Amino acid sequence: MGKEYVMGNAAIALGALAAGVNVATGYPGTPSSEIIEALEKYAFGKLRYGKGESKSFHLEWSVNEKAALEVAAGAAYAGARTLVTMKQVGLNVASDPLMSLAYVGVKGGMVVVVADDPGPISSQTEQDTRIFAYYSRLPVFDPSSPEEAYVMIQDAFDYSEKYNTPVLFRPTTRICHAYAPIAVEEDLKPKEYEGFVKDSKRWVIFPKLSFMNHEMIEKRNPLIGEDFSSYSGNTVTGEGKKAIFTSGISYAYVREYTKDREDVRVCRIATPYPFPETFALKCLKGVEEALCVEELSPFLESELQRLAGVHHLKVRILGKMTGNGRLAGENTADGTASLVQEFLGEENSKENVDSRDMPRLPVRPPVLCAGCPHRASFYAVKKACAGRKAYFCGDIGCYTLGNAMPLDMADTCLCMGAGITMAQGLHWTDEEAVSFAFVGDSTFFASGLTGVANAIYNEADIILCVLDNSTTAMTGHQPHPGTGRNMMGHIVEKIDIAKVLEGLGVQRIMTVNPLDLNEAVAAVQECMTLPGVKAMIFKSPCIAVSKTESRMRIFEQCIGCKKCIREIGCPAIIVREDRVTIDEGMCTGCGLCAQVCPVGAIGGDADE
Amino acid sequence: MNRDILLCGVGGQGTVLASKLIAAAAMSSGYTVHSAETIGMAQRGGSVTSHVRIGDRAYSPLIPEGNADVILAFEPAEAVRNLTLLKKNGVVIVNRVPVKPVTESLQDTGYDGSRMIEYLQSKCAGLVVVDAEKICGELGSSRYFNVAILGVAVGRGQIGLSAEAVLREIEAKVPEKYRQMNQKAFYLGKRIGDTYAAQ
Ligand code: SF4
Ligand code: SF4
Repeated sequence: MGKEYVMGNAAIALGALAAGVNVATGYPGTPSSEIIEALEKYAFGKLRYGKGESKSFHLEWSVNEKAALEVAAGAAYAGARTLVTMKQVGLNVASDPLMSLAYVGVKGGMVVVVADDPGPISSQTEQDTRIFAYYSRLPVFDPSSPEEAYVMIQDAFDYSEKYNTPVLFRPTTRICHAYAPIAVEEDLKPKEYEGFVKDSKRWVIFPKLSFMNHEMIEKRNPLIGEDFSSYSGNTVTGEGKKAIFTSGISYAYVREYTKDREDVRVCRIATPYPFPETFALKCLKGVEEALCVEELSPFLESELQRLAGVHHLKVRILGKMTGNGRLAGENTADGTASLVQEFLGEENSKENVDSRDMPRLPVRPPVLCAGCPHRASFYAVKKACAGRKAYFCGDIGCYTLGNAMPLDMADTCLCMGAGITMAQGLHWTDEEAVSFAFVGDSTFFASGLTGVANAIYNEADIILCVLDNSTTAMTGHQPHPGTGRNMMGHIVEKIDIAKVLEGLGVQRIMTVNPLDLNEAVAAVQECMTLPGVKAMIFKSPCIAVSKTESRMRIFEQCIGCKKCIREIGCPAIIVREDRVTIDEGMCTGCGLCAQVCPVGAIGGDADE
Repeated sequence: MNRDILLCGVGGQGTVLASKLIAAAAMSSGYTVHSAETIGMAQRGGSVTSHVRIGDRAYSPLIPEGNADVILAFEPAEAVRNLTLLKKNGVVIVNRVPVKPVTESLQDTGYDGSRMIEYLQSKCAGLVVVDAEKICGELGSSRYFNVAILGVAVGRGQIGLSAEAVLREIEAKVPEKYRQMNQKAFYLGKRIGDTYAAQ
């Protein structure tokens, strides 16, 4: 197939296919989502992967990360090569099966790709998966570029099978989303494997097994560290009494500054855990000062400190803990250059525009799209609550943006599915107020159901608002159990959210079109009069998926009160030459503003 | 050849297609190329950048400060926002027409882009100001501006790639029904760029 110019995530997918992956599962989450999407594109498209083979290929968006990991674990017990993908906070959800799986181990190679998000750019936390690797005692690979990710994930499968353990693979946002040319091989085939062989002493976790395997793992990991000491991804270049230790994207930044200089020693750790001690000791030979350039936690720094202590090395270790590196946020090429310059005692030779007199720039914060049905849903609830004390618990998804002015409709947001349960907690502190929980359709399936059961069982009074736009919008429109299509390209029975809620015992369930404002407000008001758990399903497709041709305009009657702007904040409504107008290119004709205008000045062509 | 090209603008302006065309043209011309996009949470209306790095000495996916040979700015404030990336004597090709932030209606700051153009003029000798309204008027739609500004850059001689190489990729990458208009847009831009190159 020759060279393909692909995103880092697609390079990871292509590497997994080159490794003969049999089962791939995941849950969408920026920056990891495109891995599963690229697998779909290449496996079922160009490569015709697994067609006509006895062991074919299974691909799925699982309902959440825990499900994804468990599906893969089952297949890995049977000897299949499995890939699981998620973002870093997804690993928290999958940590229950993963911690246990670390003790049991696998037969087929299993690589769990966990994309970290320094910044954070689109996440709740800046957790470091290298620390999780240490905690769970699982090996971890840390690629520095898309090209390297392509090769390294294949190695990861080999190590996984060599040691019968799942391995972690953690790219970061800048690697997931960078593009590079990758040479794609033809005729890739899923790996042949034996199938599940029953052996309850091996596959059923009991305290005794855990004890035995724990001991085995603690003895084994130093051996893996030894093995990693000769791994080709761990490299050292240059000479000197000062050494730079780095990993992941930070290595690329260090190289950007040092290029091919021979007078700086650059040591790259591609396998942070189990730490390749022999390799690191070799790197430290004759070194008086070592600077660690890494993102998130001071992982390399701690390991080097430990090593220096154990071996009584006369070396100063610098890094985040000594103030040589930022404590939070992502590294950049420029920030890294400054750190390295300071470390090496070099002059700043950068020549760029002096921007200190820069004029004030317009800020462009993220907002809900023009015509987004979430805006209408939030507005309906807001109107219905006028004059009542109410709490609005938000959740993870596009609708988190409901917190922005003028809607101001997210009082809390914590993690996937938490809105439903937090609304219950708030209810128990203030039974006079109305507690609302907003959740998207994909998040509802991922982690909303247990919260609803909890509310019913414990007799909470809450109003659950499912914002059902029939897609996983935030992460790029992936299908889910409610959409009726899966990643094998099959049309399947849609799981009906109203029926699920009914089955759980929700007494009053109302499905409304949020774009019909009066109907929606009346329905919310009715819910507010009822006790117990009530549910509103606001059903209207994501506007970024279902494009429309209709547009609204503002007619002569407009009195310029700006109520439309003040109340709903649709980005398509703008003030141009002192007149309130609608940007035709942006408007989707949802009609919400027309229902807000006090003088009926907004309408479509038919209203002229 | 080593060449760093930054494209910047506002979500929805088509910077991504323009950067894809550059990357593909560079690849088919035999160069190593890397690129990266920063998109962030905003789907529409947020600041976006595409970093294209041609040559085999680019390690960081994003262009470091003072390294960009050229900035293709689809919006004046976005050019200013990214100006520190520009190399000394680098070239900025900027669209004069501002995009007001989506929050402008709620809180009017009177932003109209003119301050930005003045600032750019004071900072960079190699400034090319193009007028998207005028160009798109001739093309009958604003959707082709991305390819037109690419044409300006190629004409100005700033990308290091031939017009043929870029046109080949338009042929290969743009769907049939938009192809002809994109070719027209490219030539229109290139003519503008040519006049600057001649100066
Ligand atoms: S109809 Fe009104 S609220 Fe809906 S997208 Fe158009 S301007 Fe925005
Ligand atoms: S609410 Fe109606 S009258 Fe008021 S500014 Fe908007 S369109 Fe004009």
